[in-house]
Amino acid sequence: MGEFALNINGSHLSVTVAPEESLLSVLRNHLKLTGTHYGCGEGQCGACTVLLNGAAARSCLMPVGGVGSAQIVTIEGLEQNGRLTPVQQAFLDEGAFQCGYCTSGMIVSAVSLLRQTPHPTDQQIVAAMNGNVCRCGTYPRIVAAIRRAAKGANS
Amino acid sequence: MSSRAGHLPQVDPNLEPFQEERWRLLALPLDRRDFLRFFGGGLLVCLAHPPAVAQESGRNFGGHPLPRDIAAWLHIDAESRVRVFTGKVEVGQNIRTSLAQQVAEELRVPFDSITMVMGDTALTPYDMGTFGSRSTPTMGPQLRNMATAARQMLIETAATRWKLDAASLIAEAGKVTDPRTSRSFTYGELTGGQDLVQVVSDPPLTPAADWKIPGTSIPKADGRDFVTGRHQYPSDIIRENMLFGAVLRPTGYNATLVSLDSSAAEKLRGVQLVRDGDFVGVVAPDAFTAERAISLLRAQWNVPAQPSNRELFRILKDSSDPGDGPQSTSGSVEQALAAAPIHVDQQYTVQYIAHAPLEPRAAVAEWNGSNLTVWTGTQRPFGVRDELTQAFHLTADQVHVIQPDMGSGYGGKHTGEAAMEAARLARAAGKPVKIVWSRSEEFTWAYFRPAGVIEIRAAAQHDGTLAAWEHHNYNSGSAAIGTPYVVAAQLVHYHPASSPLRQGSYRSLAAAANVFARESHMDALAHAAGLDPLDFRLKNLTDARLRAVFQAAAEGFGWGREKSTPVRGWGIAGGTDKGGYTAACAEVAIDPAAHSFRIVRVVQAWECGAIVNPDGLRNQIAGAIVQGIGGALFEQILFADGRVLNPRFAQYRVPRFSDVPQIEVVLIDRKDLPSAGAGETGIVALAPAVANAIFAATGVRIPTLPMAPRTPAPGSPAPPLRS
Repeated sequence: MGEFALNINGSHLSVTVAPEESLLSVLRNHLKLTGTHYGCGEGQCGACTVLLNGAAARSCLMPVGGVGSAQIVTIEGLEQNGRLTPVQQAFLDEGAFQCGYCTSGMIVSAVSLLRQTPHPTDQQIVAAMNGNVCRCGTYPRIVAAIRRAAKGANS
Repeated sequence: MSSRAGHLPQVDPNLEPFQEERWRLLALPLDRRDFLRFFGGGLLVCLAHPPAVAQESGRNFGGHPLPRDIAAWLHIDAESRVRVFTGKVEVGQNIRTSLAQQVAEELRVPFDSITMVMGDTALTPYDMGTFGSRSTPTMGPQLRNMATAARQMLIETAATRWKLDAASLIAEAGKVTDPRTSRSFTYGELTGGQDLVQVVSDPPLTPAADWKIPGTSIPKADGRDFVTGRHQYPSDIIRENMLFGAVLRPTGYNATLVSLDSSAAEKLRGVQLVRDGDFVGVVAPDAFTAERAISLLRAQWNVPAQPSNRELFRILKDSSDPGDGPQSTSGSVEQALAAAPIHVDQQYTVQYIAHAPLEPRAAVAEWNGSNLTVWTGTQRPFGVRDELTQAFHLTADQVHVIQPDMGSGYGGKHTGEAAMEAARLARAAGKPVKIVWSRSEEFTWAYFRPAGVIEIRAAAQHDGTLAAWEHHNYNSGSAAIGTPYVVAAQLVHYHPASSPLRQGSYRSLAAAANVFARESHMDALAHAAGLDPLDFRLKNLTDARLRAVFQAAAEGFGWGREKSTPVRGWGIAGGTDKGGYTAACAEVAIDPAAHSFRIVRVVQAWECGAIVNPDGLRNQIAGAIVQGIGGALFEQILFADGRVLNPRFAQYRVPRFSDVPQIEVVLIDRKDLPSAGAGETGIVALAPAVANAIFAATGVRIPTLPMAPRTPAPGSPAPPLRS
C-alpha cells in the first residue's frame, strides 16, 4: 500500500492503495469517478480510456503506481463550466450511441485523435478508433461525429 | 442456496410472451395514499388487470401470474410534471424516448415534461421483461391508452369547474383551454391535491397520420448524461459503507469443489470469506482486494469430462427425439420432392455465440433487516425479484429490484446471477456489496445464443415455382422457422435437443439462424433454376409487406444493374419476424489471391408499421447490421471439457470500426399499421445476404455460421475465405 497524489481533471487527489491497482479501479472504486468504464481489463475494448498528458490511454492496464504526476483527464473532466467539448456535442448531434456504455471511451479517444490529427481522414479515424468496441454497432455514427467535430474545429 | 456453483439451469431460447398484455382502466390502487405521499398530490391514472387474462404462458416464470393488484402508470403533479411508470427497461434500444413520445402525444404535453420511471419493481407495474420486441407493440398502446384516459379526465375536470360541456374544451401543451374565452387550466392546476380517477376503457387513440411528436426524431431523452459520464449504469452504483465482492469460479462447468485452502486470502486486511456449499465468495473493502483474495484461494475442483465443438453438431442431432417439438405440415413433401425437377439439399450449422454486452453483469445488494434492495443490469427486473424472493425465502414486497439503464444485453441479461451473488455476500457481510463480473466471467458464466443444425430439402419447378420445402432445426430454436414463401408441400420441424452449454435468448432468437439457412437455400434454388435471386423470391412470395422491403432494398442498392464477377459479388436476403419486415442487399469484394473477402456495402430496407422515432429506428437497424456481421463472419464460442477456450476480446473477435461497410438503411413508414418492435429482426438478413454475395462471386456456398472465423472450430471445415 502506498499514498499516491494524482492529478485528475485539474484537481490533486490522494489515494492510499496498492501500487499495482489499476488506474481504472482507483478512479471507479476509490474516487467515485464512474464515468470511465470497465469492459475487458486487458486493453481490448477501450471503454476505460482516459487522457494521460493529453493522449488516450487504457486506464485498465495502468498501475496507479506508474502514473506519477501525469495529468489525467477523464470523461467527467471534459465539460468546462457547463460547456461540452466539440466531440461531446458532436456525439449528441449525431446520436452516436445506443446503450452509451462505450461512449466515454469513444469520446476520450476521439478527443485524443483530434488533438494529434485535427482533420483526420476516415481511414485515420478508423485506425485510431479501432481499439474501441461498440457492441451496439454505432460505429458509422461515431465516425460521423468525429468528422463533425473536426469540421467544427475548422471554422 | 447450496446448489452446485458450476451447474446452471438452461434458459429457454424461445422465451416469448404468448399473450398480448391487455389492460383496462378500473379504479384506484389500494396503496394510493402511500403513493401520493411519496410523489405529492396529483392525478393518478390506474389500471387493473382483468382476471380472465391474468395468466402468463408460465414458461420460465414458474407460472408466475400477472399481479391482480391495481398499479399506477401515470402521474401528473401540481407543477404539471408527468411521471410515467413502466416495467420495461432501457438497454440502448431507445424505448425510454420513444415511449415518452407516445405519452406526450396522447396526453398533449411537451415531451420534456415527461419522466419515464422504468424497471423498478417497487414503483412500476409488473412486467415480464424487455424482450421479444414487445415494448413498442404492447407497452406503446398501453401507455397511449393511459395518457388518453388521463387527458379525457383532465378535460372533464375542467368542464366541471367551468360548468361547460367537455366537448367544447381543448387539451393542448399541458393545459385545458376554453377556446371561446381563451382561459385555461394547466394540468397541474387541475390535478393539484385532488383525486381524479374514473373508469375508462379503450379510449380512441390518435391515429399515426395525425402524430406530431411520435414520428419525429427526438434525440435520446437524457443523451447529455451519456456524453459526460454522468449516467450511472448498474456497475456505477455506489452505496454508503459499500463493500466489494467477488466469487470463486470453478475451473469448468458442472464442477464440484474437492478442497479449499483460504488461509492466505483471509489474511488480507478486511477480507471476509463466504462459503455455502460449492459457492465461495469474498467481500473486501475494495474491488482490488476482493479480486486479490480470490486469486489467493487454493481450490481443487473435480470437473467431469465434457464435449467440445468437435462433437457439438452430432450431439444436437442425436440428442433430439424425432417426435419432439412443434412441427407443421401441409401436402406431401415426399411426393412433391419426387415430382419436381430442381432439388437442393443442404445442412447448415451455427455455433454458440456470446452476447458480450460491453457492461458485464453487475449488481449492488443492500439489506435492511429482511428487506433487500438490489440495483442490477437485467432485462427482467421482476424476474430477478422473483429469483431473489425464492432464494432468500422472502415475500415479493420484501425485495426491491432497480434497473438503471444498462450497458445493454441483446437478450443476454434475462437472469439475475450477479444480483443473487451480491445479495448472498451482502447478507453475510451485513453491509451493501457490489459485484461486477469480469469479462471472462461474462463470457463463461452467462449463457449463449444456441448452436444449431438446420437441414433443408427443397425442390422447385423449371419455371421457379417452389414445389416442396422441408426444414428441420435442431436446438437453435423455432423463431421465424416457417417459410414466408408460398409452397404447397411443406414440413417444418423444430427439434429441441440437449445443449452441451447453457443457452438462452439472443437478439432475434433463432430467427437469424433460420433465415440464414432459408435464404441461403432460396438463393441456391434460384441459381439452380437459372433465375435471378430476387425474381425467384418475388415469384414465390405473396406477403405484400415482405415483397415491399425486398423491392425497396433492391431499388436502394441498384440490384441487377451489374453482374457479379469473381472479385465482386452481390447477394440478397430477407425475412420477417415479430412484426418486422426486412431485406438486405450486400456487396462483397473478393481477393482470390489472398483467399479473403470483405463486405463493401449493405443496403437494408425495414418496415415495422408506423415509425415512432425515425432516427432511433435507423440507429437500431444499422446497429443490428453491424452486430450481425459478428455472428455472420467470426463470432463463435470455442469450448472443451466444460471450459470456454476464448473468453476474452483478444480471442473472441467482435465487429470493430474496420469491419463496417458502407451502410444504407431504407425505412418504410406504414402509418396505417400498428407500430411493431425494431430491436431484433433487423439482424436476420445480413448473414444470408453476405453468404449469397460470396456465392454469386465465387460459386462457393458457405453453410456455416460463422463463415470466416480466424480459427475454425474443431470439427468444422477450414473457411474457404478469410475476412
